[in-house]
Amino acid sequence: MAAEYTMKELMVVAGSREIRNDDLVFVGMRLPLLAFQLAKETHAPHAIGIFENGILRDRPAKDMLYTMGDNPNLKGATWATSMLDIMSLLQNGKVSLGFIGGAEVDRFGNLNTTYIGGKGSLQVRLPGSGGGSDIASLSKRIIIIMNHEKRRFLERVSYITSPGYGDGGDWREKNGLRGGGPSAVITTKGIFRFDPHTKEMILHSIHPGVLLEEIIENTGWDLKLASKLESTKPPTRPELRIVRKQDAHGFWTRGSHSESRFQ
Amino acid sequence: MSGDSSFKEMECPFTKERLALIPALKPDVAVVQAQRADEDGNTHFWGGSGITKEAALAARKVIVVVEEVVSRKVIRRDPNRTLLPGFLVDAVIPEPWGAHPSPIPGYYHRDHEQYISYHNESREREGYLKWLDRWVLGVKGRKEYLGLLSEEKVKSLSVKRHRKSIPVDHGY
Repeated sequence: MAAEYTMKELMVVAGSREIRNDDLVFVGMRLPLLAFQLAKETHAPHAIGIFENGILRDRPAKDMLYTMGDNPNLKGATWATSMLDIMSLLQNGKVSLGFIGGAEVDRFGNLNTTYIGGKGSLQVRLPGSGGGSDIASLSKRIIIIMNHEKRRFLERVSYITSPGYGDGGDWREKNGLRGGGPSAVITTKGIFRFDPHTKEMILHSIHPGVLLEEIIENTGWDLKLASKLESTKPPTRPELRIVRKQDAHGFWTRGSHSESRFQ
Repeated sequence: MSGDSSFKEMECPFTKERLALIPALKPDVAVVQAQRADEDGNTHFWGGSGITKEAALAARKVIVVVEEVVSRKVIRRDPNRTLLPGFLVDAVIPEPWGAHPSPIPGYYHRDHEQYISYHNESREREGYLKWLDRWVLGVKGRKEYLGLLSEEKVKSLSVKRHRKSIPVDHGY
C-alpha cells in the first residue's frame, strides 16, 4: 500500500529528485530548503548548497529550518560569508542549479514576482525580485516551484522578474544570458519541462489524483503534452520519513501554513 | 533594456560584453546588528552576514547595535572576526536581544511564532495598526518591548547548548 502524503510533500520530493550529486545548488526559501535537505540524505550526498544570506553547507542541517537565516543553518556549515560572495559564485558561472518560485509564470518559463498586472496598470506590488533575476539569469539550470492556478499560469507574464526563455527559441543566447534557463516547473498539479527547440513549457507528468483536464483548465495557453505523458512517482516511505523529520511540525508541508505561505 | 530607467547599458571595455549598470546606493545611515563591539566601535560578527558589511561601507553614517560591548583586547585577539573597523562606526548601541524576532548566532534563536503571528495579524490594515501599537508605538524602549515576551518564550529562544569555535593561533 502506498504511503499517504500531501501535495506539498510530493513537490518537495519532486524538487529533490532534480538535484544531482555534483550540483552546486542555490537553495531558495520554503520548499527548496526541504528539497535540498532530502536530496542530501538520499541520492545526492555530495551536492553543495549555498544560501544568499552567506552560508555554504555540504551536510544537511540537523534542526528544522524555517528560513535560511536560522541558527541551525550555520551549525555544521563550511562557509559563513556575505551575500556578495554567494552572488559572485552565480556571476562566475559556478552555480549549476537554482530553485525559484513566483506569483506568475508563462509559456516560456518567465516568472513575475514584482508587479501583478504589469508596471503600468499596477494592481499589486509583490516583494520580488530578491535574487530572482540573478538566479534565473545565471544558474546553469533552474527549477521553478509554483502553485498551479489559472491566474498564475499565463500565456505571457505582465512583467519579467526572472527570465525563462523569453519569447522562446534562442532568446536567452541573443540576450546574453549565461545560464541555461528553466529545466522543470514543479506545480501542485504536475511537472513540466521545456521543448529543446521552441523552449515552450510542456506537460511532462501528472501528479497522482490530478486530472489532465484540471491542468489544461488552469493553464492560460494551449498546453502541449509530452509524447509519453507520465504519472509523477509518489514519495517513497524513506523520502517521507526524511521530509517529516525535517519539517516535524508540518509547517511547510502539512497544515495551513504550507498553503498560505506558499507563493 | 526596458523598465527601470535608473539602469544603464554599456559595452564592457575589455570583453565587449553587454553589461547592465546599476547606480550605487549611498544610504545616509546604515543600522546594522552584530554580536559585539568594543568602545571604539570595532565590531565582531559571525554567521551569514548578508549585506551587513556592504551596507555599512556604503553609508555616510553607521550605527551598530550589539549584544554586548567587550574590551578592546577581545577584538584584537581575533581580527578576522571584525566586520567593521571602529573608525567607520558612528555609534554603538549595546542592546541585548536587539535583533528579536530575528536570531543572533550564539545569543538567541529566531522567534518563529512572532513572525507567524505578525504575518497573520498584519494581513489587513486594521490588524497591522494594532500590531504596530502593541509592539512598536505602545512600548517605551526595548526593555518594555522585551517585557512583552513571556519568561518561557525567552527561555525557549535562549542558547541551549553552546558551540564554541576552536581558537586560532595568531602567534609568531
